Amino acid sequence: MSAVSRRSFLTGTVGVAVSFVLLPAGPAVARSVAAAPAGRMRIEESTSPTSLAWLVLTPEAITVYCGKVELGTGIQTAMSQVVVEELRLTVADVRYVQADTLLTPSQGTTAGSKSLQEGAEPLRHAAATAFAALQRMAAQHLGTADAPERVKARDGAFSWGNRTVTYAALLAEADLETVADLTVPLVATADLKVVGRSVPRVDLPAKLRATFTYVADVSLPGMLHGRVIRPSGRNATLRSVDKAPPMSVPGVTDVVVVGNVVGVVATGEAAAARAAQSAGSWALWNAGPAMLPWATLEDELRSPANWYAEVAEAPLRRGNAPAVLASGGTVLERNYFTPFLMHAAMGASASVADVRAAPDPLTGIRATVWSGSQNVTNLRGAIADLLGLPAAQVRVVYTEASGCYGHNGADDCAADAALLSKAVGRPVRVQWTRQQEHGWEPQGPASAHTLKGKIGATGIEAWWHTLYAPTHGSRPVATNAGTLVAGQLTGKLPAALPATAANSAGRNSQVTYARIPHHQVDAKLVRSFTTVPGGRAPATTGFAWKLPRSTSLRSLGGFSNTFANESFFDELAAAGGRDPLELRIAMHEDSRAVAVLAALRPAWTGRPTSGGRGAGVAFQQYELENAYAATYAEVVVDAGGTVRVTRMVCAHDCGRVVNPDGLRNQIEGNLVQGVSRALKEETVWRNDTVTTTVWQPAPPFSLAPQYAVLRFDEVPEIECIVIDRPDEPMWGAGEPAIGTVGAAVANAVFAAVGARVRRLPITPERVQAARPHA
Amino acid sequence: MTERSIRLNGAEVTLTTDDPLSQLLYALREQAGQHGPKFGCGVSQCGACTVLVNDVPTRSCVSTVAALPTAPPAQVRTLDGLDPGHPLPQAFLDEQAAQCAFCINGMVMGSLAWLESRVAAGEKKVPTRSEVATHLSGDNAQTFTYLCRCGAHNRIIDAIRAAAKEMAR
Repeated sequence: MSAVSRRSFLTGTVGVAVSFVLLPAGPAVARSVAAAPAGRMRIEESTSPTSLAWLVLTPEAITVYCGKVELGTGIQTAMSQVVVEELRLTVADVRYVQADTLLTPSQGTTAGSKSLQEGAEPLRHAAATAFAALQRMAAQHLGTADAPERVKARDGAFSWGNRTVTYAALLAEADLETVADLTVPLVATADLKVVGRSVPRVDLPAKLRATFTYVADVSLPGMLHGRVIRPSGRNATLRSVDKAPPMSVPGVTDVVVVGNVVGVVATGEAAAARAAQSAGSWALWNAGPAMLPWATLEDELRSPANWYAEVAEAPLRRGNAPAVLASGGTVLERNYFTPFLMHAAMGASASVADVRAAPDPLTGIRATVWSGSQNVTNLRGAIADLLGLPAAQVRVVYTEASGCYGHNGADDCAADAALLSKAVGRPVRVQWTRQQEHGWEPQGPASAHTLKGKIGATGIEAWWHTLYAPTHGSRPVATNAGTLVAGQLTGKLPAALPATAANSAGRNSQVTYARIPHHQVDAKLVRSFTTVPGGRAPATTGFAWKLPRSTSLRSLGGFSNTFANESFFDELAAAGGRDPLELRIAMHEDSRAVAVLAALRPAWTGRPTSGGRGAGVAFQQYELENAYAATYAEVVVDAGGTVRVTRMVCAHDCGRVVNPDGLRNQIEGNLVQGVSRALKEETVWRNDTVTTTVWQPAPPFSLAPQYAVLRFDEVPEIECIVIDRPDEPMWGAGEPAIGTVGAAVANAVFAAVGARVRRLPITPERVQAARPHA
Repeated sequence: MTERSIRLNGAEVTLTTDDPLSQLLYALREQAGQHGPKFGCGVSQCGACTVLVNDVPTRSCVSTVAALPTAPPAQVRTLDGLDPGHPLPQAFLDEQAAQCAFCINGMVMGSLAWLESRVAAGEKKVPTRSEVATHLSGDNAQTFTYLCRCGAHNRIIDAIRAAAKEMAR
């Protein structure tokens, strides 16, 4: 759909439409307004038409067409607050049309704690522009056209003298389309009425009443239910399929085989599940090559034979750390390791696809896919490649799934649904099983770290971090179906591995302690699959996965790097006889970094120090330049080495706070998920098959370890200290705090029982092994 | 073909299945339009599919339609049928006790049965934080485990305690 026809779709009624770009761009470039049909008014701005977002006001509704999506974090509520504030409304419903490749602009990926950071400021300007336009109209209407600033707004109406006119009345007459004007004044900090308040989440009532439509709830007329059958391992290939047994299950209509994708389709979900459940007896696989052995994974990551590139992390490199470390004094060298980790959303992925034989005459769309994807535009392209359709014939509609903490199974499940729907010519809903989600979702990769440092009279004098990690970036690419599991299973190759670790595996590998004079970080990039000789691209012959496909998981390398960095910081502090919290404060020049750390002093000075109890702290400035988080963790370690985190305090500065309670909810979530990773989570595989495929062992059938996550009785008491900086830009809060948790807990365990555990998760066995010998 | 007449949230509904192993979850979602119970794990480990059958928390992902009691017809309760003004969902809203809220069905329905049984037993005391946490943690042998991944645990515990106070009045 062209930009013009999309706009006419948006403003099919009277009102005000303001377009804006999601990044605070330079001066607005005004474009044609002549195309606006009579009876409307529009504003348009962009340096690139695809980056446009829209704020549309009609007498009936305020609507934001936005490419940033609600992932369960409360973004929709916060965005609405921003709009309402600039429109000088105290309460109003803001409709929020989320990422839809037909209706909304492409705004990249909703990830990386960037939704408010990139989305809210431009939206503020758009709302302020709309308000200024309304105010000018009101001035005209009320007879003071030459001085619109005299017209005062209150409760959805303007007044001048004793005359008033409502927004709705003005909008009924309005015909304006315009671009967001960055020079229109914004509501001053002192006058904020809605931003900065704990407005309740707008999406929760429907979720509590079971009237909300998650992607798993999408239902279309004539829709069938599908299940896919995955290969026995990542490198396995299909040997044979006997369609008779699944077809004999009442309700099953089709058994689909496309390359190594096998699916069953049925009139009801129970029938599809039943047919798929017995697939072990009717779909047989040839075993493929084993991946790198799980048991010796750390050695494999450190082995040059498994690297495809060696890079340096540049921005904060200074001095000559190797030379200073070689010059003697108190020098430490330590190794750390974190395992493969899952997103492990509570709902296994689901998706609905409707692939038709011919394009819709009105829209040109042939394939429509409902998905909880973080990037509908790229998913559209990848699915178009998978189906052999032009991207313009594919529509992807974002529909919320269960909690999203990064690139999980949502995109891959959508591709499965598209393949099955294409094969059977009917809409198909695919529900992955839990075992498929755990077994096939792309994961956060393991990483190994070597830290070398020197501490002297002035504090830490040198810091040299070398990390060894596979990629954190395997998101769908718009031109390559090989970035989807279904594409890989039908013969396409994944995208080339990244050339750098920057803000990915290397995120927060550097530290922001400005008073460390010598600072260096190097990264060894580990290959996830066989590559062409000496290159980053997948091998075209004999392709095989060497590791589980790894990708973006909440905070990417930040969790692992900060676990290593901040554990090591404590080891240096201990070696230098320094208080770990005060040494952190002393090594910073940035007053905001100091402020979050100083906020932990009351907890720190009152910390327990006996009876198997202890406390630790850790700090991280997210991506080296965004939100600050400092976390205090208190633990109790029993005689058997079991660690319980009993209390946490997190001091957090993400600039201007839009919704304090929403922010606290995010911080709490970061801490809980962080404790879960620190104490329990670890993916295990054998040969080329992930074996941790449910939440807990299921005796008597199996006692093998499973992918355990934190339970209610293991969750610590949490206190959030939110430092609001209303005059600073808004920074995201979706993942800054989680980075601090691993090290805060490890440092607390060391403080409690003297056991320095350098490998996550911190299991009882590892604690016992690390305890000082009596 | 098996037919089971049930009382779903008080109304008579007939579920049909041609497979004796057909799960209650799918029947409730497809045949009765219920969206409260969700597919989370399919192996009775997370709680997202919880419904009440004759007031007993039941994992509908592993329970079958065929196993529902017949005489008298089973009383099945789901989140969809819970009065929006009921203290439990209201407490979850008051405490903003969710993030993605996908799992919340389990905590609400599992706690509903628990709190109602306490009220029926004349228990006026609000359960402690620790008691609520233990209730939701379960062992999955005698009692069910409820999992949340977003980390809303503390708020969920607060919400259940607030609802308990209200329900005991």
